[in-house]
Formats: sequence, C-alpha cells, structure tokens
Amino acid sequence: MNKIPNRQAICEVLMEKAKEDKDIVVLCSDSRGSASMTPFANAFPEQFVEIGIAEQDLVSISAGMASCGKKPFAASPACFLSTRSYEQIKVDCAYSGTNVKLIGISGGISYGALGMSHHSAQDIAAISAIPNMRVYLPSDRFQTACLTEALLKDTMPAYIRVGRNPVEDIYTDGCPFEMDKATILAEGEDVLIVACGEMVRPSYEAAKLLEEKGIHACVLDMYCIKPLDTESILEKAKNVKAVITVEEHSPFGGLGSMVSQVIGANNPKKVVNLALPDAPVITGTSREVFDYYGLNAEGIAAAVQKAIG
Amino acid sequence: MDILELKKMSYDLRQNVVDMIVEGKGGHIGGDMSVIDTLITLYFKQMNIDPADPENPDRDRFVMSKGHSVEAYYAVLAARGFLNIDEVIANFSRFGSKYIGHPNNKLPGIEMNSGSLGHGLPVCVGMALAGKMNQKNYRVYTVMGDGELAEGSVWEAAMSGGHYKLDNLCAVVDRNRLQISGSTEDVMAQDDLEERFRSFGWHVIQVDGNDIAQLDAAFNKAKETKGKPTLVIANTIKGFGSSVMENKAAWHHKVPTAEEYAQIKADFAARKEALA
Repeated sequence: MNKIPNRQAICEVLMEKAKEDKDIVVLCSDSRGSASMTPFANAFPEQFVEIGIAEQDLVSISAGMASCGKKPFAASPACFLSTRSYEQIKVDCAYSGTNVKLIGISGGISYGALGMSHHSAQDIAAISAIPNMRVYLPSDRFQTACLTEALLKDTMPAYIRVGRNPVEDIYTDGCPFEMDKATILAEGEDVLIVACGEMVRPSYEAAKLLEEKGIHACVLDMYCIKPLDTESILEKAKNVKAVITVEEHSPFGGLGSMVSQVIGANNPKKVVNLALPDAPVITGTSREVFDYYGLNAEGIAAAVQKAIG
Repeated sequence: MDILELKKMSYDLRQNVVDMIVEGKGGHIGGDMSVIDTLITLYFKQMNIDPADPENPDRDRFVMSKGHSVEAYYAVLAARGFLNIDEVIANFSRFGSKYIGHPNNKLPGIEMNSGSLGHGLPVCVGMALAGKMNQKNYRVYTVMGDGELAEGSVWEAAMSGGHYKLDNLCAVVDRNRLQISGSTEDVMAQDDLEERFRSFGWHVIQVDGNDIAQLDAAFNKAKETKGKPTLVIANTIKGFGSSVMENKAAWHHKVPTAEEYAQIKADFAARKEALA
C-alpha cells in the first residue's frame, strides 16, 4: 500500500528543482502542513512565503510575484482556493497571464466528514470556464511528479487538484507521461471509460472485473481536463457501444459534461456520467462516500454493464 | 519638467480624457479628474521607467487598482511616450479596440489587468516581495479609490504589506470622498483611514492630492521611510478642474453634453492660464 499522497510528490519535485532554481517559490495560507510543504519551508525559507488564512491575498500576491519573474506555487485547500479566490484566479492569473501554479490540496471530498464547506466538487467546472486557465487532476504520485516537472517548464497559469490521502499506485517511477495527452491504461473495444484524479484507480480495477465477464474496456486516465485530450477520446470511442465518465465532482460542468460535448458533436452515442450527486454528500470518509455513491470498481463495472445492456 | 509645467500639462491631459470619453461615449470622468495629478507625479517625477525599454527588470512597477480611471491612465501613459494619444482618443471603447475600458497588460507600460476592485494592493505586495527576494531596488506603486477600500482583499494586503515590512511599496488612496451612490461616508465610512492603516503597520502621509508639489514631496518621504510600507492619502476633489463636475457624484460616469463640454473646456483653459 502506497503511503505517499500526491501532494507530497509535488513537494518532493519542487524541493529537488528549487536547489537549482531560486525563482521557484511556494506560498501557503496557513496550509504548509496540510499541503505537505513543511519540508520545503524548512529547507528553503528564502523561497517560502506564509500568507496566513487569506486565500484572495495568496493568489494575488502569487500573481504579483510571477509578474516579476518568480515561479510561484500557491498551495491551499481546493475548497477555498477555487471559490474564495475565484476572482483573483480569473483576473490576476488568467486574464493578466501570470505564471501561477495553483495547487488545490485535499480536493473533491477528501475532507469527508468535515462537510460541504470543505468539499470542492465544483472546481473543475468553475476553473475550466475561465479563459486561459488549465485544469489538471493527476491520478497517482508518479503521474503527479511528472506533471509537476512539466508545469515547471511552462510560463502560463494552471490549477492542479490533488486529494488528501495516498492513492494506490497505478504507474511506476518514470510512468508513461505526455503533457496534455491522456494515458491509456487498458485497451478494449466494447466500452470506453474516461476517468480523472482519484477515480482512475477504481476505473482501472473495474476494467479488470469486466474483463472477467468478457467485456473489454478501454480506460483513459484523463488527468488533463483542460486542455482536454479530445483526440484520444474520439479515437478510443470510435467503435465502443458506450462511453462512461468517472469523476469526483458535481454532475455539472466537469469531465462528464466535457466528454459528452465532444462525443455529442463528433460521434453521438450513449455517454453515462458517474459523479457525486448534486447535493451535500453523505457524511463519511472519502472511501465510505465513494462506496455509497457507487464510485468504486464494482459500481463502475455495474454502470458499464447497464450502459451496454 | 518642473512642477509648474506639469501643473499646466495636467489640464491638457484632462482635456484628452474628456475627448476620449466623448469619442468613446462613456467613461469614469469624475475619478479621472481627481486621480490624474497622482499619475502625473508618479510618471513624470518619481518612477524609474522608460518607454523604450518597458520590460526592464529594474523598472519601478505601477498597478492601477482603481482601473475604472483608465482614461486618465491612458492620457498619462501617452504623454510619457508609451501610447499615441490620437490613436487612443479615436479608438477608445470602439468595437475591436485594444483601448478597452479598464487597464490591460497587452498595452505597453501596463503591468497588470485590473477592473475588479481590491486587486492592486495584494498584487503589489507580491511585486514588492519579489523585489526583496531578488535584491532589486525597484519601487512598487498602486492607486486605489476610497470606495474601493470596502473590499476585504485590500485589508488582507494591508496586513501582509505591514507584516513583511515592505518599504519598497507605496499605495495611494484617491480620497475624493464620493462613489457612485453618493458620499463615501454614507455608503461605508472611511474617515479614520489614517488610523486604520497605521494600525496595520503602515507609514501614512496626508496631502492635497490635486497638488503635484505636495504629492512629489510625499513620494520622496515614502522613499526615505524604512521598515514599513507607505500609504499616501491623496485628498482630492472628484471632477477637479471644472465647476461643471467638481464634487458631484453624478459625474462618476457621465458623458458631457455639447454645452457642458464647452464649459469644461473653457474652465480647463482658464485654470491653466491662471497658473501662468
């Protein structure tokens, strides 16, 4: 069982790169512990800025630093970062075109029993709707590390959502990774499953369950929500009977909506969106909540079987 | 240019602003008139900037936090050599124009896009922090409106600017005491502004914000102040320059009629003449 959460993978990459690049800075909103950034703050105190519990300030300050050549990574709980500072993301990062990398930690329903104030089931929809913003939901720690390295090489803003808990490894060190291209986890001609973030692992496991029943599923790890890899979606959807999307997000405006748009416009066929409900979710750990709503391997496999009759 | 020449120029630039607003059929004319002397002082007396080298990493930074006063900003940027005033006046707010109704950093000399209030000060805190980290000597300036101070994000940045003792940061409040709905004191009172900022760890200076000599002296004092950021409260008159507009909330956003235009133009000329 992997013990390293994706947020820690980000910190490890930044610590490695910050040795050589003094422009890399990390900013936190009293969130260095929950962002796994304490080791960075301790090792690079000159490259770490504490903002206090002020998410609007966090994002605007990051944008101001970026405009002066810094490479800021602003790490704060996704629930606050994506809504409290939404206007700062829109105006100071996206519209002004500043090189700010926004790390939404404990995303989705990671904070489980803490309630809807601490859930970010709207961030994909909200942030994808802003021109010039990119949205990434990496699946495991290896992909998160590859993505962080890739983001260090460009100069445009991006939002990255990671969960709180460690995710079972999907890849190994040096995993297959191409920037803004989905990773193909399984090939199959009966059904296409498109998943992102923490939903990739159960989707992959669902494909194995389906294989035992003679159903061949193609699984795409769509860590790049925006820009969406439409080419892979259309290619893999060509001959399947149905497309299933799986995400830890509201049913509106997320991966499911985007994939449905692409399929509807180019190759209309059945698309089933598996997501959180349009309601405050039931109280529990994220595992309990996922199980309750069928966002696990068994639930995904059952939804596939129902979809393809 | 000496102070007298700049004072004279302020009326020519005010005329540019009015022409821009008439051509573009809209603009925040009252705040333009109150803030323009601050902008002239920064761009002609204080800031280390060069229109021939607008990306120089050592340049001073400016963010127009009260972005709706973009017409005054365009007029000053043009006078300083960043823009062409005839092109701005002819195209302001027109279909497809790059001279839109709030600052945009696709234009030379403009650092950051603004328009929604309460963004300039926190962005400038970031610029000032970067300057300290990079051991640069540049200074960072922003101008806020007084109505803008009701935005909570201003006070987040007042806190962080004070906390990090950013003596390379200087903010100005264009204290014209009017906002779109009327008196700032009726809408959301600000009258203990000096005390408020001082309690956040800022050095505060009050001046007549329509007097370029007083503004210049205040910015010099700010430069000498070490260990804390400075706030210049520029006490101004909204609509300054013409009795048609002065201290009238209705002129927050208004296009003059032909009759008003003639009177405003005559008032500017008379005030300029009186300086000589």
